[in-house]
Amino acid sequence: MKYLEFKIAVLERTGLDERAFRESGSEIYIAANLENFHGICLLLHSILSSPVMLYFAEDNVKTSGVYTLRCGFLGKKIQRWVFVVVDIPKDNLNFPAISKDIVSAQLFEREIKEMFGLIPAGSPDVRRLRLHDEVWPDGYFPLRKEFVKPEKTNNTGKYYVFDRIEGEGVFEVPVGPVHAGIIGPGHFRFSVAGEPIINLELRLGFAHRGAEKLFEGKSAKEAQIFSECISGDAAFAHSLAFSLAVEQAAGIDVKENVKINRAIGLELERIYNHINDIGGMAIDVAFSYSSTLASIVKENILRLNEKLSKHRYLKGSNGVGQCALIKDKESRVCLLEVLSGAKTDIDLLKNILFSSVSFMDKVDTTGTLHRKTAEDFGVTGLAGRASGLELDLRRVFPGIYEKTSFEIIRGDKGDVLSRLNVRFNELAVALRVITELSGQINFSGKEDSPEAIIISGTGLGAVEGWRGPIIYWVKIGKEGKIERCKIVDASFNNWQALSCCVHGNIIPDFPVCNKSFDFSYSGGDL
Amino acid sequence: MNNIINIANARIQKGIVTENLDLIGSKLKTEIQKKFARSLFLREVDTGSCGACESEIISAINPVYDLQRFGVDFVASPRHADALLVTGPVSLNMSLALKRTYEAMPSPKFVITAGDCALDGGPFKGSYYIEGGVSKIIPVVFHIPGCPPKPIDLVLALLLAVKNLKRS
Repeated sequence: MKYLEFKIAVLERTGLDERAFRESGSEIYIAANLENFHGICLLLHSILSSPVMLYFAEDNVKTSGVYTLRCGFLGKKIQRWVFVVVDIPKDNLNFPAISKDIVSAQLFEREIKEMFGLIPAGSPDVRRLRLHDEVWPDGYFPLRKEFVKPEKTNNTGKYYVFDRIEGEGVFEVPVGPVHAGIIGPGHFRFSVAGEPIINLELRLGFAHRGAEKLFEGKSAKEAQIFSECISGDAAFAHSLAFSLAVEQAAGIDVKENVKINRAIGLELERIYNHINDIGGMAIDVAFSYSSTLASIVKENILRLNEKLSKHRYLKGSNGVGQCALIKDKESRVCLLEVLSGAKTDIDLLKNILFSSVSFMDKVDTTGTLHRKTAEDFGVTGLAGRASGLELDLRRVFPGIYEKTSFEIIRGDKGDVLSRLNVRFNELAVALRVITELSGQINFSGKEDSPEAIIISGTGLGAVEGWRGPIIYWVKIGKEGKIERCKIVDASFNNWQALSCCVHGNIIPDFPVCNKSFDFSYSGGDL
Repeated sequence: MNNIINIANARIQKGIVTENLDLIGSKLKTEIQKKFARSLFLREVDTGSCGACESEIISAINPVYDLQRFGVDFVASPRHADALLVTGPVSLNMSLALKRTYEAMPSPKFVITAGDCALDGGPFKGSYYIEGGVSKIIPVVFHIPGCPPKPIDLVLALLLAVKNLKRS
């Protein structure tokens, strides 16, 4: 489908005027009102076959007396982000919920409600998401501009009620928020009958630090550094998504070399994390020999990162309009040397794992995430692809990847083995892509990008991080300060996949199911 | 077994870091022998970090650094721990869990913090949803700076922390 066909179809079926469309780069904003908002969202959901990718509010009460709501879908075929925009007057905070029809909107609407006090009328679930009832009093909405921190937090006297599964022999196993391993905080409540898990309720938000609010008032440069602290193992991807959003907002052009370096950074991050998780899956079924090998490979990549960027997690290597990882021929030689060693080790690791019958027995048919479930919950990235969904932002918006042999990797069964295979295959692609890209860097011309001038505007930046899409939407005010920054890490919606995939599995297999996804606590909780 | 040792030897990039590590490590081992009769058990608590500190703590027990050979290990329960190693700026949601984890430890006990967030909130300073540092909730004897601290820094800091520890 071409963009024009799409536009005509939407205009015909909604009866909207053409002026309702505002186009800006790869973003389309369709102005709606409270009557047709729900209908247009449903229409886009169906003709773009896209889950809700990002959905957020913005406080414009001071300037125009309204809260602005933006619900964004991804048009894979038309290569556009399509938003439905609606204003909610400050004296009537209700808006028609779309989560009763589109499951992937549910967490977003809960978030909008707790952060802005806007009420999604008709939503099946309006519980708070991150501001836990136990510690946060009613009536305080952090992302409103006039928000003042409550004088007293903690001990509100309220508590959270978990779903109760009842029946003969059913018992509960509570886990967390402090876990047995060295890992982020979250609470898992298992309901078990005999051995099989019959329900798993996740309670997250323990890593909520109020990141979106902290972006407000920062300059683009300060915010860039801060974006690296949202999810530490995807620091580069977050920082890249942020800079793409700012570049889009301010209309800044990026040089070819910068694009190549950024793709290399993104793929390096993918490599060390995939290898880390493959090792994690092995250790979670008590196969420590192979996990030890994986940790050596990871360490070598982290040391390579440090050589290239002076930081093991590539922090500080990305800026608005700038990124230089491979600065000279020597660093390219070093890069290729380490990667070729990594390739040998990864092949060996794969060999060890796939020739172990007990390991294969553990991962095969364990933790199956069905395609339909993944689709409904808006599961994206690696988790979605292993269940057969064809979504990879590197395919939708290829950019520099067009000059490589990049291919989208998918599985079909959606079990732990499928995710393991996707990781191994993505590792191979990443290694190949880096090698190809590093040959295209031009060292001859001095390409010093001048410090970019940040002007006011809005923009969206999205990258395919190793977990999946990381999306930033920023609004920059007159003085170049961030006024609103919406972050969607793939983990936000993907966490729901975990509670669906464990049904019928046993608790001892839960760690390997969890590790096969390895969602970010901090990226989801913000 | 020989195979993995061969792989490890072939893959580990030798350098200044690894040599310093042996020196620092042997001192750490002596110190732990003296004060803890062979082993120091740590319980790690993440109070809302970005995950980079956790990644580096895990790196410290990979075969390159192999912190366990110096007598330090990470345990799954606070009941088994001599000390807590805490990361993150302490989100409001984690405040009670942190306190309870500390209370669940047998005495004598102490707390070390790792990463800039754990000191005073770091980049999250001033947020509406953080306590702003671990020491506001439980007593801390030693802080390891860094964003995140590198594995070698963790080993060195553990040495300093154990060295400075007074009998109470």
